[in-house]
Amino acid sequence: MRNGEGMRELTYAQAIREALAEEMRRDDSVFIMGEDIGVYGGAFGVTLDLVHEFGPDKVMDTPLSEAAIIGAATGAAVLGMRPVAEVQFSDFLTIGADQLVNQAAKMRYMFGGKAKVPMVVRTPLGSGTGAAAQHSQSLETWFMHIPGLKVLAPATPYDAKGLLKSAIRDDNPVVFFEHKLLYRTKGHVPAEEYTVPIGKAAVRREGRDVTVIASSVMVLRSLAAAETLAAEGIDVEVIDLRSLRPLDTETIVNSVVETGRAVVVHEANRFAGFGGEIAATIVESEAFDFLDAPIVRLGGKDVPIPYNPVLERAAVPQEEDIVAACRRLMQESRRSGVRR
Amino acid sequence: MSNMTSLSATRATLPRERLVHMYRQMRRIRHFEEAVDRLFQQGLIWGTFHLYIGQEASAVGAVEALRPDDYITSTHRGHGHCIAKGASIPLMMAELRGKETGYCRGRGGSMHIADLDTGNLGANGIVGGGVPIAAGAALAIKKKGTDQVVMCFFGDGAMQQGAFHEAVNFASVFKLPVVFLCENNQYAMSMPVEKGLGSNDIAARAASYGIPGVSADGNDVLAVYEAAKEAVERARNGGGPTLLETRTYRLRGHSKSDANRYRTREEIEEWRRRCPIERFERWLEAQGVMAAADFEAVKAEVLREIEDAIAFAEGQPDPDPAQLADGVYA
Repeated sequence: MRNGEGMRELTYAQAIREALAEEMRRDDSVFIMGEDIGVYGGAFGVTLDLVHEFGPDKVMDTPLSEAAIIGAATGAAVLGMRPVAEVQFSDFLTIGADQLVNQAAKMRYMFGGKAKVPMVVRTPLGSGTGAAAQHSQSLETWFMHIPGLKVLAPATPYDAKGLLKSAIRDDNPVVFFEHKLLYRTKGHVPAEEYTVPIGKAAVRREGRDVTVIASSVMVLRSLAAAETLAAEGIDVEVIDLRSLRPLDTETIVNSVVETGRAVVVHEANRFAGFGGEIAATIVESEAFDFLDAPIVRLGGKDVPIPYNPVLERAAVPQEEDIVAACRRLMQESRRSGVRR
Repeated sequence: MSNMTSLSATRATLPRERLVHMYRQMRRIRHFEEAVDRLFQQGLIWGTFHLYIGQEASAVGAVEALRPDDYITSTHRGHGHCIAKGASIPLMMAELRGKETGYCRGRGGSMHIADLDTGNLGANGIVGGGVPIAAGAALAIKKKGTDQVVMCFFGDGAMQQGAFHEAVNFASVFKLPVVFLCENNQYAMSMPVEKGLGSNDIAARAASYGIPGVSADGNDVLAVYEAAKEAVERARNGGGPTLLETRTYRLRGHSKSDANRYRTREEIEEWRRRCPIERFERWLEAQGVMAAADFEAVKAEVLREIEDAIAFAEGQPDPDPAQLADGVYA
């Protein structure tokens, strides 16, 4: 990445807004709809001011109706539009889940491969804002389980913009999870046109000792943990999944073959979370023979997200949990006499 | 219920060939469904299906009010809508047999038949599931600026679902070109409409959305047509949605599992006497449009067509399990 002049920085929210605006300018079939996305700008301000450029027909304030929003996106997509629906909190996907899971995801297959459903559902996930149990969940695993959906969870402004543009141009229903804690984070976003391909993970940091496989806000915590560990002589590789379905198993497996140690970290509940899928993918692959220690899964505790900030913080993996997990892995493999 | 025994007094504005076409379509639905039932008894169709027998006037009258480029969304009881909209009976039969050449390559079956070429956006296994999709299709039409219309079929059971409320309100807010047609066949599976709905006045619910609500005799194909025509014209001319109830009756069980424990033989008999096809025949004859010999001729042609479709489907290839994952993603 270049430094100095031309290095434009945007927030994650601005990057998403720019992707929406550019795609609406580029393709007349693209429009956005959701609750309070017009003058209000969306609950997190992501769509702020878009209604002024594009008008209320392209930036549609809808009734408070998740089933109607997702269902209308589905119906419009089948007729050739490219709707981007905003669901105000990803917890509310449960209210419109029939339209997403039983309708949009399955339509093409049920119809013998005939319909295309090019739609995106953008929605914020995650805890850390004090919004408590019904506005803080990470339900991405639910949707990863559904054939017919694609599931994305970008961690950086660059990826948020590039992946959203890919999602809008994709001919399948895509669930696009944005993390509330990331909206104000800044990063390099080129002014020039680019997209980020769906289905490719990114190695955010190279390292020899432990592979940390993360997504969304956990990528930032993993990178911070890696800095701490580097001072202790533990060299951590951090993989940002970006795309949860399809999953880039090749990047994961190749890394674990090199490091022999893996930590999987996500905010979604650890029990039956996608960390289990990733761990299974590793042990089913050639990386199994290279493992020097058991795979560690870090995930949300088995509780609804609590309100109190101390409890809330304790409910999901933090930087220190990742540091501790990597240290433990190194110690275990040292005790058993393994050191690469 | 008004006018349940005599057919609509007006002949509407339909020329003879349209009336004969409507009669043929009703016969095609009736005999298709009878054949499906028979093939199931013979073990040639498996899974489940929901027969439209007794409700033929509703689909045929409503679709007669549409243009070929208009759209429909349908229900789990969708064979009638599908045929009325112009689907190929051989391809439907092949789908019910699970064949590779069926409408959905054998992946959908009875509850998911769609025919995008004739504007059928699909049957639906979820009660009320198609209602938001219909609103979305109408939204796309409005955005594209064409003058097409969506006819959204659902039943009294869907009126008990939240998706109905959300979608009708959504369509009303944006004045979308869609007709919400509730086929009130008196039962949501075994739940009688008077027990499943707080108010039996289905059309009256339209007022709460600020749209017109109309009720028609669903066993009178011309009454359905006339009511649908008005609603379709309103939608096409930018007047927004209408809620149209067609009052009819499901003569067969909900599905193959139904032993009819929740209703009496007498009630079924009473509705059998109001058979929409026989009523239409009486009217056609009285008007001098068709005679008894014409009915017999149409029936014989339709039965032959369906036997041909059964034979066609029998000879079709089964899907190859190697292609199991085809069509999950575009």
